[in-house]
Amino acid sequence: MMFNGIKKDFPIFDREVNGKRLVYLDSASTSQKPRSVIDAEKAFYERMNANVHRGIHALSQEATAAYEGVREKVRAFIGAREAGEIVFTRGTTESINLVASTWGEQNISEGDEIVVSALEHHSNLVPWQQLCKRKKALLKVIPLLKNGLLNIDALGGLLGPRTKLVALTQMSNAIGTIVPIKKVVQIVRDAGGAAVGAGGGSARIKVLVDGAQSVAHAGFDLSEMPVDFLAFSSHKMLGPTGVGVLYVKREILETMPPYQFGGEMVKEVSQTDAKWNDLPWRFEAGTPNIAGVVGLGAALDYLHKLGFDAILKHDRELAGCAREKLSQFPGLVMYGPEDGGRAELMAGGIVSFNVPGVHPHDVGSILDNEGVAVRTGHHCAQPLMERLGCDATVRVSFYVYNDISDVDAAALALQKVYDIFNV
Amino acid sequence: MDMYAENILDHYKNPRRFGRIADCTHSAYDVNPLCGDCVEITLTVDDGVIVDAAFSGKGCAISRAATSMLMEEIVGRRAHDVGNIANDFVFELIGAPLTAARVKCALLGLVVLKKAVNQ
Repeated sequence: MMFNGIKKDFPIFDREVNGKRLVYLDSASTSQKPRSVIDAEKAFYERMNANVHRGIHALSQEATAAYEGVREKVRAFIGAREAGEIVFTRGTTESINLVASTWGEQNISEGDEIVVSALEHHSNLVPWQQLCKRKKALLKVIPLLKNGLLNIDALGGLLGPRTKLVALTQMSNAIGTIVPIKKVVQIVRDAGGAAVGAGGGSARIKVLVDGAQSVAHAGFDLSEMPVDFLAFSSHKMLGPTGVGVLYVKREILETMPPYQFGGEMVKEVSQTDAKWNDLPWRFEAGTPNIAGVVGLGAALDYLHKLGFDAILKHDRELAGCAREKLSQFPGLVMYGPEDGGRAELMAGGIVSFNVPGVHPHDVGSILDNEGVAVRTGHHCAQPLMERLGCDATVRVSFYVYNDISDVDAAALALQKVYDIFNV
Repeated sequence: MDMYAENILDHYKNPRRFGRIADCTHSAYDVNPLCGDCVEITLTVDDGVIVDAAFSGKGCAISRAATSMLMEEIVGRRAHDVGNIANDFVFELIGAPLTAARVKCALLGLVVLKKAVNQ
């Protein structure tokens, strides 16, 4: 496959697990880090460490330039109009919670409606579910088709005069389904309100995209998908943990009340009052994860060298190989849409399955014993599991450093499950 | 793999005392939030002694085998003593080293059992 040989860029692959070569198939949980990201973070602490936006000394200026440099890099990466639309958070979860507890608190009232999908990770469900409870608003759910695709045609019918927000994942973390956000934006726009293109004003129905899974594999282009909010995490795209991105269209960000109070987010403070800082710093109270953000910058550089078109193609090809191998195991059940190589991006680099009569945890333990790391459980998507008619699945997920030898190793390890349980 | 010794697989595939006692005197239910596994235990306690026990639920080989083995051990014992069973007792029943992630699986049955007798 295309990225052969890049495992050597990732120090973790030097180690063994249970005496075996590490076969890491859990990148949908978190990705491994290349040497360049680890070095960037290390170099920050060794050469540049200081707080940002605080001091006039050299280190603080260098740290600020590095931190703000990555904000600009992120802006260019997703095609935002200005760096002031990029807020750094702790991760996708905090990004979404920030929107729910600021924009949501301000704009959702009794009788309003929020639309999510049946594919959501708990972190793009529970914040809206709880907001709706607090506000006596209504949460509507785009249903799933039998093949694991989202029934996007049903979206139009769910939008009404009280709809305020459509909050959707772009790729299911549990079964890999890719949601056509471009089409979603079009449907919302047709429904009479919607997110309008870069430069336009904001409309009644806002669109939020949970890009935790998708952005790492496909990037994001706001000029093609002009959504209002986009949330994603550094750690799933080769970057450090504890850093997330929240993009908010400026017209909306300007109206949002502060999320947390403290240093950095204020412009002027008296004993009894305070004035808020400019965007985006108004939403970054306290000292941010500066070294982590610097690491994210190195991760973006690394990913750009590979190219996002190639990354998505690579991950989907491996998932296709895995599906083919898995389909040879008797009785094995796979969930989610079959990719079929179609351009509509039906499934990303995730394959979710179950072995008949064997609990996913037992599959996971036996695979682990062979050095193969997979995720087992409900993948923080319990309502989806319920719809699929299972409590849990085994999930393999691929990223840039995986190759066909990993698929082969997983298949060999899976044969042990069949042998031990005599399936 | 030691964790999947013959006796574990036997208890997984043929769990002992699997079901529910309709007119039980004690019962409890709990889930492992990590994986969604669940166990329900029903007991008949007569004069402080467990005279009948059954369990049901969904779970992996480790959690089901551990609970099945426990069920075999407790009938005829005093409920009070069963309430004081130590975790090590379960580990000895399983007889194979468990990885840290699987300890919770092994102990789910005991947690529910203690809840039931302490009702």
